[in-house]
Amino acid sequence: MAPDKTLVTINPVTRSNGLLKVEVEVSGGKVTDARCSGIFFRGFELILQGRDPRDAGYYAERICGICSTAHATAAAMALEDAAKIQVSDNAVLLRNLIFGADFLQNHLRHFFFLGLPDYIDTPEIPPFTPHGAQRASLPRAINDRMMEHYRESFRASQMAHEMTVIFGGKAPHVHGIVPGGASVKPTIDRVTRFGAALEEVHRFIVEKYLPDAMTLGEYYPEDFQLGTGYRNLIAFGLFPKPGHPGIWTFPPGIAKDGMLEEVDQKAIQEDIKHSWFREQPKPENPWEGVTVPDLEKEEGYSWVKAPRYRGMALECGPLARLWVRGDYRRGISTLDRVMARAQDAKKISEHMKEWLEMLHPDAPTYTPFEVPKNAEGIGLTGAMRGPLGHWVRIEGGRIAHYQIVTPSAWNFSPRDGRGVRGPVEEALIGTPVADPANPVEVGRVVRSYDACLACGTHVFEPGRGLTAFQIF
Amino acid sequence: MLTRREFIKLCLSATASLTLSQSLAVEIAKAFAGAKKPPVVWLEACTCTGDILSFANTINPDLGKFIFETIDLLYNNTLMKAQGAQAIEVLENALEKRRGEYILVVEGTVPTRDNGRYNIIGERNGHAWTALEATRRLSEGAQAVIAAGTCAAFGGIYAASPNPSDSRPVHKVVKQPVINVPGCPAHPDWLMGTITHLLFYGRPELDAHHRPKLFFGETIHNLCQRRSYFDNSIFAKYPGDGGCMYQIGCKGPVTHADCPKRLWSGEHVNWPVQANTPCIGCSSPEFTDGLGPFFVPLPATPLPRITTTANRVGGAVAVATALAIGGHLAGTVLTGRLGKGAQTDEDIAGVGAGEATGEDASGKESSDSSGQEARTMEEQFTNITSNVKKALKKRSSVLNSAEIESVPQVPKYPGQKRRRPKFIRPRPLHYWPKDDGTPDKERREARQPNGSSEPSDRGDDDGSR
Repeated sequence: MAPDKTLVTINPVTRSNGLLKVEVEVSGGKVTDARCSGIFFRGFELILQGRDPRDAGYYAERICGICSTAHATAAAMALEDAAKIQVSDNAVLLRNLIFGADFLQNHLRHFFFLGLPDYIDTPEIPPFTPHGAQRASLPRAINDRMMEHYRESFRASQMAHEMTVIFGGKAPHVHGIVPGGASVKPTIDRVTRFGAALEEVHRFIVEKYLPDAMTLGEYYPEDFQLGTGYRNLIAFGLFPKPGHPGIWTFPPGIAKDGMLEEVDQKAIQEDIKHSWFREQPKPENPWEGVTVPDLEKEEGYSWVKAPRYRGMALECGPLARLWVRGDYRRGISTLDRVMARAQDAKKISEHMKEWLEMLHPDAPTYTPFEVPKNAEGIGLTGAMRGPLGHWVRIEGGRIAHYQIVTPSAWNFSPRDGRGVRGPVEEALIGTPVADPANPVEVGRVVRSYDACLACGTHVFEPGRGLTAFQIF
Repeated sequence: MLTRREFIKLCLSATASLTLSQSLAVEIAKAFAGAKKPPVVWLEACTCTGDILSFANTINPDLGKFIFETIDLLYNNTLMKAQGAQAIEVLENALEKRRGEYILVVEGTVPTRDNGRYNIIGERNGHAWTALEATRRLSEGAQAVIAAGTCAAFGGIYAASPNPSDSRPVHKVVKQPVINVPGCPAHPDWLMGTITHLLFYGRPELDAHHRPKLFFGETIHNLCQRRSYFDNSIFAKYPGDGGCMYQIGCKGPVTHADCPKRLWSGEHVNWPVQANTPCIGCSSPEFTDGLGPFFVPLPATPLPRITTTANRVGGAVAVATALAIGGHLAGTVLTGRLGKGAQTDEDIAGVGAGEATGEDASGKESSDSSGQEARTMEEQFTNITSNVKKALKKRSSVLNSAEIESVPQVPKYPGQKRRRPKFIRPRPLHYWPKDDGTPDKERREARQPNGSSEPSDRGDDDGSR
């Protein structure tokens, strides 16, 4: 390391879901290199092996407290795919509503709890002390108003979670999304209650969340130049349209070099060169691979693996999703991600109003089905932070293999075998660091991705791409 | 300030309209006005962060008000402003300067493989803190240790077989006594209630698993709104179906929590069974491996002194309930002794117990011996529960073998048809037909709301006859 270089470690990067460590090399006041590490390990896919396929959803949602409905949805879709059933339109709507409410909860909590303290001066009480020098560039009055909104956001995000509960049974970790459909009947009292809460949350988003995001854009214009990264985006389809199987409210796609293209799942590969997993010869049958955690691995520095699309590291999240749909194309940067997330919340809450009106109180919500003895299924959906995929293989009526690819694995992936940095690592390059002892700028860039290491860190079959799953 | 007695009453009386925290808002504000706020360190170990997010669903005061005005939330990965070494410094400062003062809340399991290296929570001055070290060191200096959520309390899903990170619950890695507030996630009221009890009155009364009795004193099954469906053998056949969830795997009979009464979440609107899905027993120490697959019914178990198969637990328990709540009429009518002197509880209870043992309950001689049984009905119910648990334990050992196949999805047991009419179906008495051997279903169809019942069959228990 050259003498003018400083190594700055942020461990933990607080205000993220799960435990994240970021290491940056600072030279001449700018970041010249970066490493992101997921620093905890659970091994969910190993835990799922051998269990009843119907249980996968309730297990998988416990990967993550803030986006549990995403995993419930993907797991349900995977089993439905394996059982070859279609869920009813009512079920699609109910799931969209439960999932959507969780989206709102997630976006509100991300902006106010996780992101905002980086941008405003906070009161001198725990949990806001200690902190680095407060040097927010906001006028006092605006700062105070945002702090007021911070406090109100507790109530608003709680109401969004309450909406999840109305059709989901409880939250986090909903019960209402089950393979075969949704379990709660949309009776008129529930619909009314849901609608009332939605109205209030929507108002909070339009009147407070969105303007606050705009205000940040006004007072921190320099953040539109930060964290641009590779500028390559990926999104899976999100919120299926009822009555139109295969059509999504938010379509899937890849934005690369300014061009849109379709997602080719066969082009997705996994790399574990720098993850704490033992390299193994590629197994003859890809399903037989065994994951061996290996903390002693020399090159390893993260529990996250590195998904790559034709060797490229792609960024995902609300910005990618809206970009693909054409709703937000101002630019790709730290604050653009924050603004796109606010737009996303507004758009989803508007869609939810439509879905709520389409609900039919008497139509069936659940399709009974037999769990197949031997089958394979795949469940792909967009989620709060980007594309989520669940793959399940059932043998003898039990889970023989389960695999989960999460959005945060894309964003927070370490380097791959060819030395290509993960999207966040790349985005950090060039970030100015005024005070290496308090690298608040680094925190802003990292948090704009809405880190969810709870999702990012789990076992994944090594040395094998997703190609293996494309046989069905 | 509230007396402890009033506080407990409050906790127990939580309903949709009266929230625990709502009633406490004023009291808390009064109690801590001007006083030094009690420090809390909330440690996230190997967790999904679900418990802090669940805690954030508390209302009146909402979490914002609570952390701004009531406590000093020194450390919490999700909310604190400091990051990196500065955050870890907070932990070190708490250990030095506020030793013995702070309440430590841990959520998530503590991985112990490789001396805890599977879970790093942060580092300072080149020293990486594992969750294991943080939990141990911080609990030494804590005034009290609360394990929030099932992972921290009992291991939960992250410690489920094969337990890749060798995760342990908090009480297995620290020497200090731990208050377990399980639930996956823990209900905001459970956490708020436990923390508030600690602040006001000290350690709450705990059960054998170190859970506050206030919230975990009763089984889900006993509090369930769908209990009458269970007693009437009206079972859901799939998630989303109405009725009792027992046959699709409800773990309510062996799970202690007050979900049915309290409802989720901060606003108390719903809970899993009300959402037409089975309770998965997430606040049980056995969760998940010890409870079996979520959608498979509780396993077969021999019942005490009852010559029936284990899947009859429903029926047997049904009798117990019928006795406990308004079973007078049913029991009396069953034995054809209505108005003939079935005056005492014990008499009637005895009849029910006789039923459960499969004896011919119409015999007069059964009343004496079974009256004795009735006194121990509570015990009997406890036995049933513990037997189910034993069987579960047995079954869990073969969970990872090829056992699931052999567990029937909807258990059928011999003698179901023959016995069922004898089992108590506490329907209004004028619906009750004479036992003429007609199959049950036909009977139900033939029944008319204002049918042919004689006035003497009306069971108004007013002693007029």
